[in-house]
Amino acid sequence: MARFEPKASPLTEPFWDATRDKKLLVQWCPDCDAGVYWPRVHCPRCLGGDLGWKEASGRGSVYSFSVMHVAGNPMMADRVPYVIGLVDLDEGVRIATNIVGCEPAAVRVAMAVAVTWETMSDGRNLPLFEPA
Amino acid sequence: MSPATGGRSEDDPAGVRGKASIVGVADAVSPTGKLDLHGRELEVSVVREALGDAGLTLADVDGVCCATGMMASVELAEYLGIRPRWTDSTMTGGSSFEIHVEHAACAIAAGQADTVLIVYAATPRSRGQDMAQMASAMSGGGQMPMVEWDIPYGFGIPAASYSLAATRHMAEFGTTPEQLAAISVSTRAWASKNPQARFQDPISVDDVLASPYVAEPLHKLECCLVTDGAGAVIVSRTDRARHLAKPPVAVLGVGTAHTHGMSISQMPDLCTTAAAVSGPRAFAMAGLAPEDVDVLETYDSFTITVLLALEDLGFCKKGDGGAFVAEGALGPGGSLPTNTNGGGLSYTHPGMYGIFPLVEATRQLRGEVGNGRQVGGANVAVAHGCGGVLSATSTVVLGREEVL
Ligand SMILES: [Zn+2]
Repeated sequence: MARFEPKASPLTEPFWDATRDKKLLVQWCPDCDAGVYWPRVHCPRCLGGDLGWKEASGRGSVYSFSVMHVAGNPMMADRVPYVIGLVDLDEGVRIATNIVGCEPAAVRVAMAVAVTWETMSDGRNLPLFEPA
Repeated sequence: MSPATGGRSEDDPAGVRGKASIVGVADAVSPTGKLDLHGRELEVSVVREALGDAGLTLADVDGVCCATGMMASVELAEYLGIRPRWTDSTMTGGSSFEIHVEHAACAIAAGQADTVLIVYAATPRSRGQDMAQMASAMSGGGQMPMVEWDIPYGFGIPAASYSLAATRHMAEFGTTPEQLAAISVSTRAWASKNPQARFQDPISVDDVLASPYVAEPLHKLECCLVTDGAGAVIVSRTDRARHLAKPPVAVLGVGTAHTHGMSISQMPDLCTTAAAVSGPRAFAMAGLAPEDVDVLETYDSFTITVLLALEDLGFCKKGDGGAFVAEGALGPGGSLPTNTNGGGLSYTHPGMYGIFPLVEATRQLRGEVGNGRQVGGANVAVAHGCGGVLSATSTVVLGREEVL
């Protein structure tokens, strides 16, 4: 079964469009020189609305993770066990994702990871992370 | 030790402490997990019982709180056939009802209401509401950010988010699976003394660890139930409550805070909940400290929910929760009797458990709990709610009249 494939909104379209080229964008506030995740119409630090996008290195570390033995939603039923995680990107934002490319039992907190991609039905790619 | 009732202080500038009391409670649960009544019929049944418990009538109610449905309190009042002068439809998930008590106590102290009714009913075990709600959220097309940023990765069930907190707590502080499992064991020990509890057979740490993983490191026996259930709480003026049917249980301190919504990636620190704010504020208003608490009724959606609350409320230091719970401190005969009804882990959990800690804390402080569950000489209790995914907490410090 296919994953749940999110619809892009006008706000988030640049993020999803860039994934077609396997580029990971982070919304960026030029005034704070800091990232915003997930995308918003404003910067949560300064309330500024002049947000742009910055291409991320795709590198980070595992802040936490869990091995899902029961599907978190029905569309993941045939993927258990799978690993959900929160990854701290080197650019300073924390994103929800899956950790792939290794046995679930090999995942550790603080493990270095790098982005990898899973193609969705419309050609966009979903950013996942694997051991770096 | 304590500031005078209604006295203003830096920690209670409006003089809320002790002005309001819980005067009536009721809950409806079944060991089968299923109830025959649903919806308004179930709500009316617990309203009737709570009013009877208080020795009040519907005509005495001039304020109403409800968290379920559109215009929740307004629709409920219409159905009940009352025209309140004060209303609250605050919905923060499982902590909604502790917030209702907070708001009601403040309204009563301000003279805006005299008697407030708080009601909750849900029957997900019979009616399967939770899955339907989840499916509709997912098909809703990106209304909530978690649909766009979390659901594609297989988030969705609450255990997903809570398990991330458990993993992080283990990594930061060395908390072990055995320590978390001890929370389920203590809670079940209380449930074994409660004939209304869904599960009453005692369990061991090994039983918990042998139950299948849901979201590793959380096992099935570390996850709350899905049962039908309902509750009602009546809050009224303490100065009038002394003439009612049961001894009043005074609202001594209240506090609320939240750190994020339904998206766990937005929680700043997975090992510290908003209870680190709501708890100290509630204790400060009460003029009490964690060591004064005789009974704790705290939200137990998962074992990790309890562990974090114990630390954030100040019952032990941050990171020491595992050692604190490991030797049965929370169970019968322990140093901090906790979730004496059997909790969301073994008593009932209809989706938003927060009404039940208020009901059980009140019964404990009245001294009316039977079957070996009564904590002897209990004068101070805390009811603590946690809604969302460790998102919104509310802490209520309650006490017998002697503590006022
Ligand atoms: Zn900014």
